[in-house]
Amino acid sequence: MSQMIKPSKASLKRTARRTELSKRDSAATKWGTGFLIKLILMGIVNALGIFIIFTAFGVGSVTLGSLMIVLLVALDWVYFSRRTLALKYLAPGLVFLLVFQAFVIVYTAYIAFTNYGHQHTLDKQSAIESILLQNSSQRVENSPQYPLVIVEQGGELGFAVIDPDENVIKAGTASQQLTEVDGSFTGKKITEVNGYRIVPLSELGDRQNEVSQLRVALSNNPDEGAIGTQTGTVGYQFISSMTYDPDTDSMTDVATGTVYHANDDTGFFEADDGSTINVGWRVLVGFSNFAKGFGDSRYAQPFLQVLIWNVVFAFLSVVTTFLLGMALAIVLNDERLKGRKIYRTLLLLPYAFPSFMTAFLFAGLMNRSYGFFNQMLGVEVPWLTDPTMAKVSIILVNLWMGFPYMFLIVTGALQAIPGELTEAAKIDGASPFQAWRNVTLPQLMISLTPLLIASFAFNFNNFNLIYMLNGGGPRMDDASVPVGHTDILISMVYKIAGLTGEAAPNYGLAAAMSLVIFLIVGSVSLYSFKKSKSMEAM
Amino acid sequence: MRRGIALLAITGMTIAGLTACGSSESEKATDNTTASESQSSDAALTVWVDDNRKPAFEIAAKKYEEETGNKVELVVKENDQIRSEFAAQVPTGKGPDITFGAHDWLGEFVTNGIVAPIELGDKASEFSDIALQGFTYDGQTYGVPYAVENLAIIRNADLAKDPTPATFDEMIAAGKATGAPNPFMVQIGEKGDPFHMYPFESSFSGPVFKTDAEGNYTPELNLGGEKGEAFAKWLGEKATAGELSTAWTYDIVVEAFKKGEVPFILGGPWMLGDFEGMNVAVDPVPAAGDMPAAPFVGVQGGFISAKSENQLLATDFLVNYVGSEEVQDALYEAGQRTPALKASAAKIESDPVAAGFAKAGEAGLPMPALPQMGAVWGFWGGTETQIMGGSDPVETWNKMITDIENEIAKK
Repeated sequence: MSQMIKPSKASLKRTARRTELSKRDSAATKWGTGFLIKLILMGIVNALGIFIIFTAFGVGSVTLGSLMIVLLVALDWVYFSRRTLALKYLAPGLVFLLVFQAFVIVYTAYIAFTNYGHQHTLDKQSAIESILLQNSSQRVENSPQYPLVIVEQGGELGFAVIDPDENVIKAGTASQQLTEVDGSFTGKKITEVNGYRIVPLSELGDRQNEVSQLRVALSNNPDEGAIGTQTGTVGYQFISSMTYDPDTDSMTDVATGTVYHANDDTGFFEADDGSTINVGWRVLVGFSNFAKGFGDSRYAQPFLQVLIWNVVFAFLSVVTTFLLGMALAIVLNDERLKGRKIYRTLLLLPYAFPSFMTAFLFAGLMNRSYGFFNQMLGVEVPWLTDPTMAKVSIILVNLWMGFPYMFLIVTGALQAIPGELTEAAKIDGASPFQAWRNVTLPQLMISLTPLLIASFAFNFNNFNLIYMLNGGGPRMDDASVPVGHTDILISMVYKIAGLTGEAAPNYGLAAAMSLVIFLIVGSVSLYSFKKSKSMEAM
Repeated sequence: MRRGIALLAITGMTIAGLTACGSSESEKATDNTTASESQSSDAALTVWVDDNRKPAFEIAAKKYEEETGNKVELVVKENDQIRSEFAAQVPTGKGPDITFGAHDWLGEFVTNGIVAPIELGDKASEFSDIALQGFTYDGQTYGVPYAVENLAIIRNADLAKDPTPATFDEMIAAGKATGAPNPFMVQIGEKGDPFHMYPFESSFSGPVFKTDAEGNYTPELNLGGEKGEAFAKWLGEKATAGELSTAWTYDIVVEAFKKGEVPFILGGPWMLGDFEGMNVAVDPVPAAGDMPAAPFVGVQGGFISAKSENQLLATDFLVNYVGSEEVQDALYEAGQRTPALKASAAKIESDPVAAGFAKAGEAGLPMPALPQMGAVWGFWGGTETQIMGGSDPVETWNKMITDIENEIAKK
């Protein structure tokens, strides 16, 4: 059934022109103003990228550096190749998506599988250094303190001290124990040491750690310790109470002889009897944070209650703000109303206030005995102290903060609906409510549904309001963790993961629970967007 | 050809980029050499302080700069963010050389390995015992204290002329006799404020954690038992009687005292700035139970980062400059907190307000610096508000004890 269609002359011409054009160079690769501008812009991008790569490798972050190299090469390829037209438009967005969204999510996911938190904030190398530092300066009991200066001999640093018993100057270095030398001192200040040069503190600069780690032996007896200093002016007989052996990866307590072996599963140095050294390091712990967050009955019990309130809160927040915003928008859309601009401006005021300030203000207004509301009404409404009333108060405060946004977007959307439609409905005999229900509302929903979903997702994690208004209170009586009746998931995570400063922080647990919240919000949004797509098709 | 241009461009830019980096690095290197050649003021100490204390530390910094030629850079931080920022930044190798803060941060800092120990030597005897005790963890000193602070009864001497009575009930009676709308107020708030409730609580149950022979805290909780229950019952009764209320916040208490609406409040030296020009007296906290009321003593001081590259200079600055009499005097002028140095503390004994706070703190123990304390605060405050809201005191209190013990055991 094929049918030959003879191409018209015009169509042939167009095809010829298209072929011609495609042969020509695009501005992307031809020397011209456009190309020059591109060259400059890409030069800046490359310079920035290379700077970041060098910095990343400089601080030892190999993963980040390698990723940046890949990203930079990919960007150059995109903008200097001819075959990547679509990517040229998408690349900036993709880069920002990667940097600001994907990276954060991937990093949070990584933290969720580590024990990052109290006692595990350092990496292993730093933890070893810290333990050695903390235990490097046990002063020998009943030992005197030595007035001290830092000296130098052949580039090697050492100490010169006044022996308080014999009242003579002694000097030595790391390789040479303290011996009496000639020199002079006035009071407790050494002014001259024969054979050594006195190094003033201000010269030390980068060599400070060398000085604070330097130990000069007093004698052959290790129990006497060695002279060390923390200030550069006074020396003490220090002994180290902990030594590290890199071959066996273990710490030994000098006094008791207890050996602590590094355990890379728990991130602690552990002795055979199970005792550990306080300072640990960060290790991967698999799913244990998830197991703790959702398997531990203390967390699991309030979790469901909090989840339900969280959904109810987000849903009611969207519905109430939307209904009020829309009602006001419809009223103020009536051209017969005088001074509409003033009203509209006034209605935007709550939106112009920072939300945490508003929440804070309302917390004061709603104080049970001294708040403005109760004093004005002459009653004692437990706005924030009764579990049910606190929930109502939160919805009310959020209504105050949220309706101007809805008012704005509905006003915009209303003006895009042709007036003829409502008029036609009226002529057909529809009541005002019917006209609104069957004509205005469906039209509004087409453009507003995505914004309502966004509003739901925002309110689902509306930490500012919950935390600043009432701190999630009042507390749940039956919960075994400090969680309140108005806590939403994110504020609950903030509390039980110890980020409030009231408990030891556990970033791993916080990250694990945040990931789950992310999955919940993500799937709700995805589902709603699928739904709204079907609405658009109507 | 086109590919050629593109390739050329990429190579060119890479080379340009590399040269740029190379040159900046060589510049840095030259900087270093010149600095070490001139051999002075290469090192700069970075010190975190809060806004309130900056002027006083400027004195110490200036003195230090003059005498040593090293620079001190004071960075102002929000008071309530210093602790978490220090804990978060030091492990990454950033953060300051020194931060100022409260001694109860010490347990967390030590067990996370982010502070360096300090040997004070003979200098130790110049500081008050409680200040040193606060900055000692596991027998090792980790910092230099500069001030001591605690709660006390602040009395409006125009309303209540006699010193505050020795028991809570007598104080309420004396307060009622003045005819003021409220006899006594203390900040509590809807989240609870165990720090401000603790002086009364300690008169029933003693320290938060059990103490060993030397008076150091052990990680064993000491809030439970009959004594703890007695406090819980007292708290419930007082809330029902309206003598304590969760509606009282810091602002409300300070405002009421300023207006002369309450003769007695429980507060700290940080409130005094608001009461200038008033006839204020400071008395020890009255007991509610059968023991003396012992407020927490907080010690303020400087910590040195374990990752500091300037440990020598930082220690020198803290021990020999911040710990000097001149600076301690200046710090008292700036913050009204009792100096940690005995010589400076002796000078303010003639000041009745300062002496009042010092007297109120005599019975006190330092706030526990144990990391286990972290598990206590949240439950403690929440439970106290629950009891004040009408929950069964004994049952709620015992649930709190179990919850805290579980929380500590889980760590």
